[in-house]
Amino acid sequence: MNFIILSISKLTPSSVDSAKPKINWARIDEADNFANTVKLYRQGKYDEDSFRRFRLQHGAYGTRMTSDYAMVRVKLPAGEIYPKQFETLSRLSEQYSIGSAHFSTRENIQLHWVILEDVSEIFRSLAEVGLTSREACGNSVRNVMCSPLSGVCSDEKFDSTPYALATAKFFLRNPMAQSLPRKFKFNFTCCEKHGMVRMVDVGLIPEIQQINGSKQKGFKIFLGGGLGNRSFVGHQLEDFTPEEDLLYTSIAVMRIFDRLGDRKNLARNRMRYLVNDMGWEKFQNLVLKERAIVRATQSVVTKLKVDTTPDKITRPLKISDEGGSSVPDGYARWLKSNTIKQKQSDYRSVFITLEAGDITSNQLNSMAALIREFSSEGKARSGFVQNVALRYVHEDDLVKLYSRLLETGLAKSGGLTMTAPVGCSGTTSCNLALTNSHRLAKEIQRKFLELKLDEDDDLADSSIKISGCPNSCAQHGIATIGFFGGGGRLGKDMYPNYQMSLGGRFDADTTLGQTCLRVPAKRVIPVILKIIELFKANKQSDDTLKSWIHRIVNDSEDSDIKSIGDIKKVLEPLVAPPTKEDDPDFYLDYGSDTSYHTKTGKGECAA
Amino acid sequence: MTESVKVTTDIDSLRSEIRDNSVRVIDVRREGDYKQDHIPNSVNLPLATLLSDDSPERVLKLVNSLGIDDETPVVVYDDTFGALASRVAWTLEWIGHSDVTLLETTYGNWKSLGLETDSLTPEISNKEHSMNLQSNILATSEYLESVKSRDDVILIDNRERLNYLEQHIPGAVSLPYRTLASSDGILRSKEDMKRLFDNRDISGDSEIITYCGSVGTLSGLAYYALKSAGLSNTKLYVRSFKEWKNLEKPTDKQQDANYWDLSAE
Repeated sequence: MNFIILSISKLTPSSVDSAKPKINWARIDEADNFANTVKLYRQGKYDEDSFRRFRLQHGAYGTRMTSDYAMVRVKLPAGEIYPKQFETLSRLSEQYSIGSAHFSTRENIQLHWVILEDVSEIFRSLAEVGLTSREACGNSVRNVMCSPLSGVCSDEKFDSTPYALATAKFFLRNPMAQSLPRKFKFNFTCCEKHGMVRMVDVGLIPEIQQINGSKQKGFKIFLGGGLGNRSFVGHQLEDFTPEEDLLYTSIAVMRIFDRLGDRKNLARNRMRYLVNDMGWEKFQNLVLKERAIVRATQSVVTKLKVDTTPDKITRPLKISDEGGSSVPDGYARWLKSNTIKQKQSDYRSVFITLEAGDITSNQLNSMAALIREFSSEGKARSGFVQNVALRYVHEDDLVKLYSRLLETGLAKSGGLTMTAPVGCSGTTSCNLALTNSHRLAKEIQRKFLELKLDEDDDLADSSIKISGCPNSCAQHGIATIGFFGGGGRLGKDMYPNYQMSLGGRFDADTTLGQTCLRVPAKRVIPVILKIIELFKANKQSDDTLKSWIHRIVNDSEDSDIKSIGDIKKVLEPLVAPPTKEDDPDFYLDYGSDTSYHTKTGKGECAA
Repeated sequence: MTESVKVTTDIDSLRSEIRDNSVRVIDVRREGDYKQDHIPNSVNLPLATLLSDDSPERVLKLVNSLGIDDETPVVVYDDTFGALASRVAWTLEWIGHSDVTLLETTYGNWKSLGLETDSLTPEISNKEHSMNLQSNILATSEYLESVKSRDDVILIDNRERLNYLEQHIPGAVSLPYRTLASSDGILRSKEDMKRLFDNRDISGDSEIITYCGSVGTLSGLAYYALKSAGLSNTKLYVRSFKEWKNLEKPTDKQQDANYWDLSAE
């Protein structure tokens, strides 16, 4: 009777994806190579240093206090991520990680606490959906970022996404980018407001110029910026760089860095130090000369393969619409603080806020479903603040989307406000961290949403960023209120402590924050609330917290609070350490029930 | 010993065996769920019923009452990604039944494929199974202690990674149960599984012991995953970490890191 039985065991529910990745970033043979190299390393046939370089080149970073685990940093070039990729990441996070994944500030998605021997299995699965972690760490061109609003921003001159993708494609596995003095970062943006072009090695804003009566596409290029133990703001190379010079300029800058960058002093070998040591004008001249050489000596015309075919925009068909149009509580609050109107009429971009970038495997799966159901471009974009943007959502679908987000725990409001702080991974997984900055960011978000600070328009354009050490993975230097972790001490007792800076910004007036004072971990929330209180008491009618602090750091404020020193004076009583007997909790870091002590291992990302 | 052993039965084969009445199918879900619907002709042995007393004598009685003798092919299924079915299958093996396999998929998937179900409870007549206890597939806490210094014994913890990091039996390696499944089956393909174990240097030269949180379900699934990859020298520490902790045996922990705070749960 067997012959009449249909063989159906191979049937799996199929899903139709309208959008497919345009570029396959992966190479499957790198999985086998990685597996074999780990074996050789375990057998002692590969020395520690060479193995570390190899591991980092493939995007597997070290983990706090152990050599048994790695963190796999998956690149999302230009931030683009497709439904099938979300589903694969969901599965991988359960199989090989901790059941959650983590969105970084540079459009990577990270899997933490992965057993080193399993890393190649992750590569294998990533390759099936076109993703790679290759050159996500190490001395290479790191993930090429693009504003999550590129293509939909009403202030942009044109969509820079295809240029970001082409740049990523050109440098990935390119021999000239395999052994740079240090890591090298590109950020493309849409406009001044939405990008971070002045705190990166190469930052690019799309620009259009009239040349001989015709419109010419190009960029404003900023060089030599960057955040870290010492941070610098980037310089604009020239008024306008036409698009055909984009690649030549990039190559020229990288050749100079490759030739002159410091390969010995690990603490000072990012390009920004070279620019600073040499002086901007000298560096600028060098770049312009080098570019002329690059342009003249390419034996074959080297060009970026920029694919400007427009994406298909198709509003997903609704199979069932319950018709019930009841608006859930919190919708208006969410709509205001998590969505942005696109330049395309009737469409919005919806920002999904996570707690310090963390997302569960179930939520990753939900993201795939939500894209298919709601995004007319059929993909999502990761953002600059550990978040994800679902774009091309039709205005009529927003209530329905909000209801779905509520079901999946992804409906937190305040996504585009100060209530969504950035927190690096801190002591949850990083060797260099001194404090649990990651948990602190979550604590602040929970408290501030409880206080409904996301509804306060005065706070919307400010930011809070928290790093667990002086290296700036959370980009604290450009935050309105920034923190980096360290240890404090009262007598023999240590407590987690943060250096607070005020007035940083990352727009056209990019400025690094000014040091204010040290704030113990358990006093960070009251101190921020006190700053808000001071602002409310002294603000002018049209002030935001950001504009008020900006005046203070620029010595142009004439209310009672005129300087950072004045703020410090008010805050000082709040940060005085109690004795351990009076307040034992003060001496514990968030997420920890044993007394605080600073402990670090060897770092692999920064100095 | 790296010869692969058949540990699962595929859907098509099971359907034809049911038609031929040449198999005993055991549904290990709760009685209420079973009564609603189940794979036609299957019998119900809820895991809780088995666990209430899993002494060999009791198990033998249960097996007899399900109409299973030494020669009866048995296929076990659940709706819990194969873990509960594995624990029951392992117990049958333990008392000496040699022909027991897991359905390759879950009951939920069986139903979503639109395959036949039934709500009738079949009439079963008692059979006589012999007792041939396979103590070589059982590990106890004493046994674990006795092999802790042997480097040809690999102890595998099948709980989730964060639980493992927080606390585990000294020397254990982490292999979360989710690692074992594929998107449509309770176990990954043999090739995938072999490669995974090979990467980890888990080979047939070693004796392997699996454990999980409390009653040997997740680690039961791992027991079958290992067998499917040809790693048959495997034991189940059936009382698992719950007993280990109750006995106040030593544990290890990943120190100085706040990994729990990375979870979005």
